[in-house]
Amino acid sequence: MQGLREFELSSDELADFKRMARVMIPADETFGVPSADDPLIFADISSSLGMDLKDVRVALSGLRALAGCPLSDLEDARAAEVIFQLLAQEGRPVQALGRVVLAAYYRDDRVMRSIGREPRAPYPTGHTLPDGDWSLLEVVKARAPIWRDDRQV
Amino acid sequence: MAQNEMVDVLIIGAGASGAAVAWSLADTKMRILCLEQGDWVKPADYPTNGRDWEARRYTDFDISPNRRARDLDYPINDDNSVMKIANFNGVGGGTILWTAHFPRMHPSDFRVKSLDGVAEDWPISYWDLEPYFDLNDRMVGVSGLAGDPGVPPRNPPMPPIPLGRTGTRYGQAMNRLGWHWWPSDVALATRDYGGRAKCINLGHCTPGCAHGAKASADITYWPLALRAGVELRTRCRVREITTNEQGMASGVVYYDPEGKEVFQPAEVVILASNGIGTPRLLLNSASSRFPNGLANSSGLVGRNLMLHPWPQVRGYVEDELDGDRGPMTCMWSKQFYETDPDRDFVRGYTMQFMRVTGVVNEAIQSSSVGQLPWGRDHHRIYRSLVNHRLQIGLACEDLPEEHNRVTIDPVLKDSSGIPAPKIDYTISENCARMMEHGIARATEILEAAGAKNIYTSRTLLNYPGHLLGTCRMGDDPERSVVNAWGRCHDVKNLFIVDGSIWVTSGGVNPTSTIQALALYIADQIKQRLATLFD
Repeated sequence: MQGLREFELSSDELADFKRMARVMIPADETFGVPSADDPLIFADISSSLGMDLKDVRVALSGLRALAGCPLSDLEDARAAEVIFQLLAQEGRPVQALGRVVLAAYYRDDRVMRSIGREPRAPYPTGHTLPDGDWSLLEVVKARAPIWRDDRQV
Repeated sequence: MAQNEMVDVLIIGAGASGAAVAWSLADTKMRILCLEQGDWVKPADYPTNGRDWEARRYTDFDISPNRRARDLDYPINDDNSVMKIANFNGVGGGTILWTAHFPRMHPSDFRVKSLDGVAEDWPISYWDLEPYFDLNDRMVGVSGLAGDPGVPPRNPPMPPIPLGRTGTRYGQAMNRLGWHWWPSDVALATRDYGGRAKCINLGHCTPGCAHGAKASADITYWPLALRAGVELRTRCRVREITTNEQGMASGVVYYDPEGKEVFQPAEVVILASNGIGTPRLLLNSASSRFPNGLANSSGLVGRNLMLHPWPQVRGYVEDELDGDRGPMTCMWSKQFYETDPDRDFVRGYTMQFMRVTGVVNEAIQSSSVGQLPWGRDHHRIYRSLVNHRLQIGLACEDLPEEHNRVTIDPVLKDSSGIPAPKIDYTISENCARMMEHGIARATEILEAAGAKNIYTSRTLLNYPGHLLGTCRMGDDPERSVVNAWGRCHDVKNLFIVDGSIWVTSGGVNPTSTIQALALYIADQIKQRLATLFD
């Protein structure tokens, strides 16, 4: 099992991470979005740790140290307190953990639709960019050159 | 050790400068070989093909080679630098991971000593390079608008990218302040051009363009150079440049794709490996003939590293803007580019107005600096940020200082066992004052645009990847590494064409000038073929 541990989180780590994800990004009925521990989203998070696995593990270990026990032993209020305490820390492990949660969350179909985006890759459809108001440039066109001509110095 | 047949010209590196010099020299009909440690990137491999495109900017398409850590990369010890190193190793080099902003250096940039009493003048002028800038604009396919009072006259071959909602907002604010602005020159196709398709706004251009609208060197110069007979070998990592008893370069030793050591003899060697890779290779080529590194009698190989400090100031407006639904680069301002004696610094900076970032990166960046909270308020605040951001980058001129340098790390090595570079770099007092001036002006602009929640990043996101100055050009062999046409003072068949030969950095993204300079040097070589080694 030691070999496996190098490449994926343990079930204890996953349980802590999942509870943490729910506190980080809770569901919101107003916007019609799930929480980050939603089965589809959390499956995406946990399968896309890649090169961040080590940092995420360090962050989760820090969480366990702050809690003094598995998060599952804590009531919601205390668990949230500990999680926010960890998230307030600076440093690469916590940043990495936040990044993997956000990267998976904001590519979920339901979340993308809720922010007005089609759930698709940019290619091959791309986007439409309005031309904008080019009349604004007229006043700039009327200016004299402001670059220094070294031939005239 | 295996030995290949002699070639006339050996180019090391297939990035922006290596591609340009290869294409230009091809018409000599010499036997030209380019060795590139990276590989071709297939359009289907670019992140924007997938839903995880933004996440991949932090993994296999990260701009930092240390983070990316592909087997084709080499590690860089940048622990002792406030700015981190960005690059890409592959055909196209840094132009693969690049926003395609394409300003030229200004005429005054080549005369900083004469005009402003700092650093050194270049041994060539803007006007020497002007025809090569024009040629390069056509070869690369540049979009822009003629008539800009902020820069010397030029005629981009394609119309500018749309201003969009974001550019319009910036333009209104700049007009309110009475400051110069103009749509940026960009190396993006705004109409079908030279076999490349018109931009369809895939979003942030940096992690490669799946559509091929961005002018990375693999799809501009390289197809033409290959058709003209240049040979390009990928996954070939050069370990050292060898010399003969006459003190001339005799070729290189490299590791082929199978890791086998190979000697490649050459009549002329051209380094195009960027401002970090080139000094690394010269320093790794130390020998009994050149104990301090090759071409280093001046002691300046690796010194005077310039990285362009690049503060970012951002804010958020109530109206929805373009977000990532268009090229990131939008427009520039040259209002504060030239020296003004009333300021407490010399030289100046370009303001680069950004259309900014995608939905994932908005969340990552704003949460990392505390603008986006976790918990109950996350969703409400996120919706006030995504597609509402304005962001101004400040391309500050970085003047050369010898203590900013590239050396060889005593411990760190790449996967072939070649010693890796180490960076020592600090931001100068002049540049720090310039940064603060720019931050204050950018804040004024954002406020004039109605932005709130303004945040400044001085160095947090500072990876511009502009690697300049570490083998500078000049007429005096004691104060420079190469002469005015790129030939090493110490080794007369060894040339350098990348950003390492820059004397000063200007306050612009460097690729346009790097390529113009490479074309200029190629022409100098062609004009001097009969007397090249005299």
